[in-house]
Amino acid sequence: MISRRRLLEGAGVGAVVAGAGIGLDALKAAAAPLDLPKALPAGTRAEAVLEALPGKKPLIKLTYRPPNYESPVSTFRTAITPNDSFFVRYHLSDIPNVDAKTWRLAVGGDGANGRVELSLDDLRAMPATEVIAVCQCSGNRRGLFEPHVAGVEWGYGAMGCARFTGVRLKDVLDKVGLKKEAIELVLDGADGPAFDKTPDFVKSIPVGKALEDGLIAYEMNRQPLPHFNGFPARLILPGWTATYWVKHITSIMATTKPFEGFWMKSAYRIPLGRFPLLARFPSQDTDVNTPISEMVVNSLITSHDDGSEVKAGAPLAIGGVAWDGGYGIRSVELTTDGGHNWTAAQLGEDLGRFAFRPFSHSFTPAKGKFSVMARATNKVGQTQTAELILNPAGYHHNVMHSITLNVA
Amino acid sequence: MMHRIAVGAFVLVTALGAPAFAQEEPAIKLKEAPGLDKVQANCAACHSLDYIQMNSPFLNAAGWEAEVTKMMKAFGAPVSDADAPVIVDYLKKNYGG
Repeated sequence: MISRRRLLEGAGVGAVVAGAGIGLDALKAAAAPLDLPKALPAGTRAEAVLEALPGKKPLIKLTYRPPNYESPVSTFRTAITPNDSFFVRYHLSDIPNVDAKTWRLAVGGDGANGRVELSLDDLRAMPATEVIAVCQCSGNRRGLFEPHVAGVEWGYGAMGCARFTGVRLKDVLDKVGLKKEAIELVLDGADGPAFDKTPDFVKSIPVGKALEDGLIAYEMNRQPLPHFNGFPARLILPGWTATYWVKHITSIMATTKPFEGFWMKSAYRIPLGRFPLLARFPSQDTDVNTPISEMVVNSLITSHDDGSEVKAGAPLAIGGVAWDGGYGIRSVELTTDGGHNWTAAQLGEDLGRFAFRPFSHSFTPAKGKFSVMARATNKVGQTQTAELILNPAGYHHNVMHSITLNVA
Repeated sequence: MMHRIAVGAFVLVTALGAPAFAQEEPAIKLKEAPGLDKVQANCAACHSLDYIQMNSPFLNAAGWEAEVTKMMKAFGAPVSDADAPVIVDYLKKNYGG
């Protein structure tokens, strides 16, 4: 058993960690102040601490059980997020340590012609596919909503971008054969609730999107999936928010009727028509709301922490990452005058339409304080919002991000 | 899938057949006030109590009442009829906005 140490700002760090391999990084992180956005709820800012889960670098702990930890903004200075810095998000607190040898993925359902159980070796024996994709919590930036809404009060870091390796969902489904009437795939993972009356976290996805882009990933950045990111295999649905990326996946059941579970019917819903989204999940629509689907276009300035000081008279490179629901980023523009004038940033390496797209712009700023704001536009012309699009559960925050720098 | 754990106890450790990742959860110190014992006994059975701090102080009385109702109705929390108003009262007085 690995014990875990809590890293409190200003607290002693004398506790011993047995074999977790986090000693030095943890000490460094403990010494650094936790610079959280001021727009977060005061209670969140007071309780959040930098803390390392086993196998992870110190991340921003929002809740211990179930574990919800976000990545610091500086994590996103590269387009690929390292596994040990990747955010952690669970709804329910019973998270078993899955044994890869006995783990099985069941595939079948009333929308399939047969049923199979696949081992990890079975999956690895199938043709492998790779995709670099952004995994972002639907509620990333919820803590920045004004007025605040209840939930996990994320800042900017409930997201990451990794290279995922695995088997196409289509190839897995070909093993059982889908019926023409199949409309959704119901996905369950090994994690579950602490109490048996709590609805288990079970999701469904539309067959069309699943066949097109779905992947059962067993590697992340060419390493086995970290425990806290879904070992030994998870669903990857590139372009769509992470609520569908079921971790520790154990079953995929094709269904001919809309799935009625709590996590589809009641949770993860957005008001109909409120967001300019193209991807839909019509079998789950009601008259008033629709399941969340693809990510909205977004960007984040990551080269500098908000409020930091930069040197006068020297070129300054402002940079970050941009992403969307899979159409690809067309441009990122920056403004330093509140939106009157915009300058196109240079786009970095294109790692695919589902990946973070780095951007950067260099200039020599005048002395004094100034703010810089970024706006991404994707290849279908969608762009970020200036004003928050309110919705009850606090999803899809893509208000343009700005930071203030002091040139001295 | 799920395992069942004792409900009603102040659960500090979630060691559910996961030796490599079993977590020691630090005790969350909530404000000392009437009702805290009920909050600890009920809420902490399913989640750590930092959820309460995290969602403060912006929830008003109606907001906290809605949260407790959601835990009972949507998530099946076995909170007794006697404890529910005590918990709501504690939350709105100590973590309300």
